[in-house]
Amino acid sequence: MVMTPSTKMFLRTAANVLNRRAFSTSRVTCAQQMTVRDALNQALDEEMERDEGVFIMGEEVAQYDGAYKVSRGLWKKYGDKRVIDTPITEIGFAGICTGAAFAGLKPVCEFMTFNFSMQAIDHIINSAAKTYYMSAGRISVPIVFRGPNGAAAGVGAQHSQCFGAWFAHCPGLKVISPYNSEDCKGLLKAAIRDPDPVVFLENELLYGNQYPMSDEALSKDFVLPIGKAKIERPGNHITLVAHSKAVELALEAANELAGQGIECEVINLRSLRPLDTQTIEQSVVKTNHLVTVEQGWPTCGIGSEISARIMESEAFYHLDSPIVRVTGMDLPMPYTKSLEVYALPRAEDVVTAVKKVLGARSK
Amino acid sequence: MLNNCARTLGRQANKYGRLYGTGNDVVSRMIPDFVDMSMNTISSFFATSKNNYATEASFETKPYKVHKLDTTPSTSVTCTRDEALLLYRKMQTIRRMETSAGNLYKEKIIRGFCHLYSGQEAVAVGMSGAMRPHDMVITAYRAHGWTYIMGIDPLGVLAELTGRVSGCSRGKGGSMHMYSKNFFGGNGIVGAQVPLGAGLAFAQKYNGNDGVCIALYGDGASNQGQAFEAYNMAKLWDLPCIFVCENNGYGMGTSNQRSSASTAYYTRGDYIPGIWVDGMDVLAVREATRYAIDYCKSGKGPLVMETFTYRYSGHSMSDPGTSYRTRDEIQEVRQTRDPITSFKDRMLSSQLATAEELKKLDNEIKAQVDEATKKAKADREIGLDELPADIYSQSLEPTIRGTTPWNGMPHKHVGVSS
Ligand SMILES: Cc1ncc(C[n+]2csc(CCOP(=O)(O)OP(=O)(O)O)c2C)c(N)n1
Ligand SMILES: [Mg+2]
Repeated sequence: MVMTPSTKMFLRTAANVLNRRAFSTSRVTCAQQMTVRDALNQALDEEMERDEGVFIMGEEVAQYDGAYKVSRGLWKKYGDKRVIDTPITEIGFAGICTGAAFAGLKPVCEFMTFNFSMQAIDHIINSAAKTYYMSAGRISVPIVFRGPNGAAAGVGAQHSQCFGAWFAHCPGLKVISPYNSEDCKGLLKAAIRDPDPVVFLENELLYGNQYPMSDEALSKDFVLPIGKAKIERPGNHITLVAHSKAVELALEAANELAGQGIECEVINLRSLRPLDTQTIEQSVVKTNHLVTVEQGWPTCGIGSEISARIMESEAFYHLDSPIVRVTGMDLPMPYTKSLEVYALPRAEDVVTAVKKVLGARSK
Repeated sequence: MLNNCARTLGRQANKYGRLYGTGNDVVSRMIPDFVDMSMNTISSFFATSKNNYATEASFETKPYKVHKLDTTPSTSVTCTRDEALLLYRKMQTIRRMETSAGNLYKEKIIRGFCHLYSGQEAVAVGMSGAMRPHDMVITAYRAHGWTYIMGIDPLGVLAELTGRVSGCSRGKGGSMHMYSKNFFGGNGIVGAQVPLGAGLAFAQKYNGNDGVCIALYGDGASNQGQAFEAYNMAKLWDLPCIFVCENNGYGMGTSNQRSSASTAYYTRGDYIPGIWVDGMDVLAVREATRYAIDYCKSGKGPLVMETFTYRYSGHSMSDPGTSYRTRDEIQEVRQTRDPITSFKDRMLSSQLATAEELKKLDNEIKAQVDEATKKAKADREIGLDELPADIYSQSLEPTIRGTTPWNGMPHKHVGVSS
């Protein structure tokens, strides 16, 4: 460590003064409950109603109502022209959607799961992400690539993995990894309205979960800003940063730790690119400790990126101990039930990490 | 359709030996389980005895359709009693195994996906009747039947489905990822197995043996771009690859009419010759496969074969399979085209076997699958130490990172061999 404890302390106090700002916690009213699936469906429906240029294309999205029923009812409502079943040809329809976006339409390109987006990754990166730049701003690509991402349950190695870090790596893309129903609705609407290519990473295991929807979130005008994290739970002792289903994990751990007198500040990233470094830094300045939580693999992961950014920032001087990443294990997903559990981070891993990190301070 | 004639009433031996007298357990001894598809092996099990059945019969298959071929496989096929019994046994074992898998899924012992092969048995079984031991196979996730055909016993399949140690991938692979000698999966990515299959054929040719690769994919998968890329290179380089499109009418909830601009899958290799075969007729499939293997091994390059078949269950167990097709349609196929029932009828009407014999065989298969099911349920899972096993055949990092910096685990080598 370059800094002595006393300089660190000094800088930290100064920064604390500068950064004491209001949290962007959302109102939790006696709001209506809505599943993530319905929130996504509502977002699609509203945006299709709002803009004739919006259409949905993908496997089983129309007549079957979506493999996970996210597009339920939309084919009936909007018809063949705007809700389009494709053959199983990801690179083909991702290319067609991207081409349509070149021409100014607003495709929502559904991958049945993001595992299959690997078939199409060339168009996502080489066609969608780079064209605006290569054309010097002549051709924008207002497309959304969406579908379930991340570990599912009992489906084995090829169908259980997180691509958050993969896409977040690529300039030209905006990458969203929402957690609950409000996130999904507000951010999917934002993604569809956004003039740039957006990769929207849903989570199959969250589709059926219900979360409160504020009155505001129920409105047709509800749009959340891309690139802004949300503080799900304020706390003073340590910052937990997570995205997608790992937010649930972080909240669970925070709950447990609260019973032991440790107050975690839980940040729901919402977007992976842009990454809301500011919110994380501000929190770290306050809590002096950081643990990142994600289900994806550790190497070059979202936690790695966050750690690097903190290292590069002023917030580094506010850390009382090293940042720790809680991640999926560094291996393909096994089908074996008892092992699948261990391949993914559990709340107790987060608890352990928090205690270790905080323990380091008292030394 | 059942234009069959009993050729030789069995009071004499044919070259495969003859069957069985009245011994109680002769049936079970007669066919070595999962050892070898070769009839020669079986024949050694037979002693001469008196019997009352045909030792061989011939049948007419539905006409094949061909694309860019001057000849067709023979529509007149012969089948010995021993061959017939083996084909029947294999189809019935797959059917039983799949029924059992379906039940295990409903009991929530099988998790995730579970794609049943019921209805399509004649494809794998018919092809196996023509394959040689050094031929290779690769297929998609609807792999239980093929896994069994390629040498894994029902326990190896069912225990893989339940995720237990006796599974052919020790429970780590799951329903879509089973392998055995010369069987390369089990692929969960639709279409990915097609170029992989061409690669296996490339290796066969490279190694200079006359082996072929059978690469199977569905009507849905047939539209993936990589299938066409594989076609092109296979033809350019004359790879001994048989591209088999198992046309079961649907890719998930999408009928082939809605997915494919041409549903004449056997012609879709364009410059690659093709054969259409009734995939519900095990003998026709066998005959067409013989023809295809002969063609490929003679250095003429690849073939495309369409096997016209049907899937009885939903796409996977979570799909009831009735929203995009009618129950009547399924019922109709079961009643008029079922590969097992129709073959059984043929065996009976040509006197290749008696109803009692088949009944007995059915019971034996049921007992065997039930036993395997019981074991697959009771079996243990692999230990936690195997979670980081076999990520690499040679790991350069002794420790595999865990969920935190402190709970890494040693990489381990287990290495199932077939
Ligand atoms: C690249 C890819 N896209 C989509 C899927 C999801 N999926 C799994 S099976 C399937 C249907 C395939 O149908 P078909 O090829 O006809 O095979 P069948 O299921 O009828 O055996 C789909 C869309 C996948 N596994 N991989
Ligand atoms: Mg199909």
